[in-house]
Amino acid sequence: QVSAALKEGHVTPTELCQRCLSLIKSTKFLNAYITVAEETALKQAEASEERYKRGQRLGVLDGIPVAVKDNFNTAGIETTCASNMLRGYISPYNATVVQKLLDQGAVLLGKTNLDEFAMGSGSTDGVFGPVRNPWSYSRQYKEKSVPKSHSKDKEPDWVITGGSSGGSAAAVSSFTCFAALGSDTGGSTRNPAAHCGVVGLKPTYGLISRHGLIPLVNSMDVPGILTRCVDDAALMLGSLAGHDPKDSTTIQDKFKPFELPNLTDVSKLSIGIPKEYHAPGLSSEILSLWSKAADLFRNAGAKVVEVSLPHTRYSIVCYHVLCTAEVASNMARFDGLEYGHRSDVNKSTESMYAATRREGFNDVVRGRILSGNYFLLKQNYEKYFIKAQKVRRLIANDFVKVFRSGVDVLLTPTTLSDAAPYMEFIKEDNRTRSAQDDILTQAANMAGLPAITVPTALSERGLPVGLQFIGRSFQEQQLLTVAKWFEKQVQFPVIQLEEVKRHDHGVFQHQKSSSFS
Amino acid sequence: LAPWVPVVGLEVHAQISSNSKLFSGSQVQFAAPPNSLVSFFDASLPGTLPVLNRRCVEAAVMTGLALNCSINKKSLFDRKHYFYADLPAGYQITQQRVPIAVNGSLSYSLCIDNKMSQMVTKTVRIKQIQLEQDSGKSLHDDTRSQTLVDLNRAGVGLMEVVMEPDMCCGEEAAAAVRELQLILQTLGSSQAVMAEGQLRVDANVSVHHPGEPYGVRTELKNINSIRFLAKAVDYEIQRQIEELENGGTILNETRAFDSKLGCTVPLRDKEGKQDYRFMPEPNLPPLILYDAKSLPANMNHQQVINIDWIHERLPDLPSVKREKLVEQYGILPEHSFTLMNEDGLAEFFENVVKQTQMKPKKVIGWILKDLLGYLKEHSLTVKESPVSSYLLADLLNLLEKKEISSTAAKQVLAELWKGEGKTPLEIVKEQKLQLLQDQKELEQICQAVIDRQENE
Repeated sequence: QVSAALKEGHVTPTELCQRCLSLIKSTKFLNAYITVAEETALKQAEASEERYKRGQRLGVLDGIPVAVKDNFNTAGIETTCASNMLRGYISPYNATVVQKLLDQGAVLLGKTNLDEFAMGSGSTDGVFGPVRNPWSYSRQYKEKSVPKSHSKDKEPDWVITGGSSGGSAAAVSSFTCFAALGSDTGGSTRNPAAHCGVVGLKPTYGLISRHGLIPLVNSMDVPGILTRCVDDAALMLGSLAGHDPKDSTTIQDKFKPFELPNLTDVSKLSIGIPKEYHAPGLSSEILSLWSKAADLFRNAGAKVVEVSLPHTRYSIVCYHVLCTAEVASNMARFDGLEYGHRSDVNKSTESMYAATRREGFNDVVRGRILSGNYFLLKQNYEKYFIKAQKVRRLIANDFVKVFRSGVDVLLTPTTLSDAAPYMEFIKEDNRTRSAQDDILTQAANMAGLPAITVPTALSERGLPVGLQFIGRSFQEQQLLTVAKWFEKQVQFPVIQLEEVKRHDHGVFQHQKSSSFS
Repeated sequence: LAPWVPVVGLEVHAQISSNSKLFSGSQVQFAAPPNSLVSFFDASLPGTLPVLNRRCVEAAVMTGLALNCSINKKSLFDRKHYFYADLPAGYQITQQRVPIAVNGSLSYSLCIDNKMSQMVTKTVRIKQIQLEQDSGKSLHDDTRSQTLVDLNRAGVGLMEVVMEPDMCCGEEAAAAVRELQLILQTLGSSQAVMAEGQLRVDANVSVHHPGEPYGVRTELKNINSIRFLAKAVDYEIQRQIEELENGGTILNETRAFDSKLGCTVPLRDKEGKQDYRFMPEPNLPPLILYDAKSLPANMNHQQVINIDWIHERLPDLPSVKREKLVEQYGILPEHSFTLMNEDGLAEFFENVVKQTQMKPKKVIGWILKDLLGYLKEHSLTVKESPVSSYLLADLLNLLEKKEISSTAAKQVLAELWKGEGKTPLEIVKEQKLQLLQDQKELEQICQAVIDRQENE
């Protein structure tokens, strides 16, 4: 809708940009942004305005403010991965997905906060501090929360965004941008999207280029898309997908961008409900929502069947072995020699390396490097790495079997519960949290499948809960069509934020949802 | 004393002759200003990904075929991890699990004695050929306690050719490497010039008594020429024999060849055994090659490599060329060896033969003794010869027609060597070297000499 507004001239790109920028300033306490690229954004907005004046807009995205997670390379703008290792690092090139957005005229507002090097499920472990979930400040949450009389902190008991793309999720959720890029390795786009009440799409592995995305696990990473509605996600996908010669893991087939049909008849659809996703720790609230959703489909005429993905319970351990192994390898390049932080210790090359890496990485990263190197040792390789690869194959085959049996799309919860208060969340360490929170999202990364989380309802505490759809490889069109139908049925409420209301001139808030299409 | 059997294996790294590097688009060039040929990927900037260079794969396939290898239609890339200043990513991309070519052989020849009159053919098995990245260069500046790193070479494509321990001495190792060098240069897959670092050889040496298991081996590095290779290997064999005969043991260590002292010394660099933590390279799918049978019908030819197509277009290998020379010109096998051993000499020889009536069997002497002699004396290559094939042919024609004697011909050649632009005929006239054919004139001169003698 905002894109149409731009086209009609109801609002100009520079106005839009400025409003977003001032909203970013008013919501600074969310800590969603690491870098705000005010100058370049305004320049981009001005250029876009010129094009609109001449009636020569580049496409639907022209003039639309977007944000990008700070593990994507952006030329001329700092890229830190929320780590001391890359503080002050200004990349000389744009990630392919960033370039694509810029080529379409999108306005890059800034880089969003994350867990250091995308390791984590809370967006709490970066060097720039944790990201706060905008819903912590929503009327919906405040109404439901019990004021803590003994609380020394005048602030409300704010909740986390989830992670690791928490900054991107918070940015979209708080209306400071219309779409954001995240990354998804074990659920890092879907998890925060669910907690922040926005749409989070994980595309099929190999559909969108990873060139310029600083890798966590090369064989599982994908760029993720966060938007306020499913139609917008489809639009973003259309602008980003396709073969990239710079990324040898992208498929060669030509990608055809699609518009989502307004599905009315779901009788031909077969929805699978994997019983193993009734995981330990799943809140009764979410369980009941999941069940209601299944009923929704059933009552509308779709075929809803229980299915089994028997190897689900091994996926966490398998993921940890493969993830840490790849992390150990990918982090080997950070030695302070060519770029990034370099320690002052210079007695020898080895001591410089060691000091640089100790100073540059946080505990989480260092822990994963040590584990990964352990698994890759010659004597352990067969036992751990090879075994994990085999288990990965089994997990992927579970999905193949289920899809082959006639199921079109799987319906599962995205998270175990609604967003936890920060003080609660940090009581357990990063590894424990990741192991718990990734269980529902991570198998899709193991199998390379597309998955999307759609905001479904508010919990008893007034916080968003999302449900996840997992589709067949490269069948994003079908997946998003189903997701869009579901979105329409549930009519998720808009966040009621003071700051947003102040900045709203009718552009941001709409009755049902906010889209830019 | 029981005899000793020395065992020598080689690991040869040949830099692939290509415009750009193995996984990135930066240029490949010798002696460019430091760090001027480094792409983002070569510098290991975060977020960059490898993209395989087609030309490098073709070079490896050509080389594999020339060495009688089986080409693996599916080969894989791996990461080999270690920390070093000249390895920006902290790992090298190589082929450890399944290399591109395996199980080949290389035939080479040696002379039994030093006179080149008897040649014997030997074979060494080729274990495998793998594609891998070259590292950058680090220069240690001890005075300022610093290391200078130049990444120009980082990421250049290498073919590692592993030769089984089928050789027994320095001479065999040298001959095998020389033949490999000629093959690579003929194929064009590598320029293989050792002085420019395009061909690097490490030797594995051990000794044992016949019937007993192989001894502990040492690895020799830092060998800068084929001549030094032979010396290093022979020295090491002797050293090991002496050590063992004196009751000592051989350590499984790496030793460097010190060319000044002519001996091998232990390298202090390697501390204990390195665990390289091999892992599949996740950013490169398996490399699939096709042949005529397996090539899918509607494949874009730009996107695939057809092994049979490459095989059909292989040039004549040195061994084939030598046979042809012997057959065509009736020269000896040793002669064909020397001809092929000097860059451009075979061509020069053939050009002379084309332009002269003299029989090839006679021409060869002039080429191998006189011309080559001069070239070696002045450290010139065939291409730099001041005497062209045309000029030499001209001269040999004069000799063939008996217009001059062979002694005179040598004199003319010496004059031609000065490169002053005179033709053989001009020199002959200048120095009055013509053979007198006229019987009467000869008799007159002889008579005159006799007369003068009588008068003294």
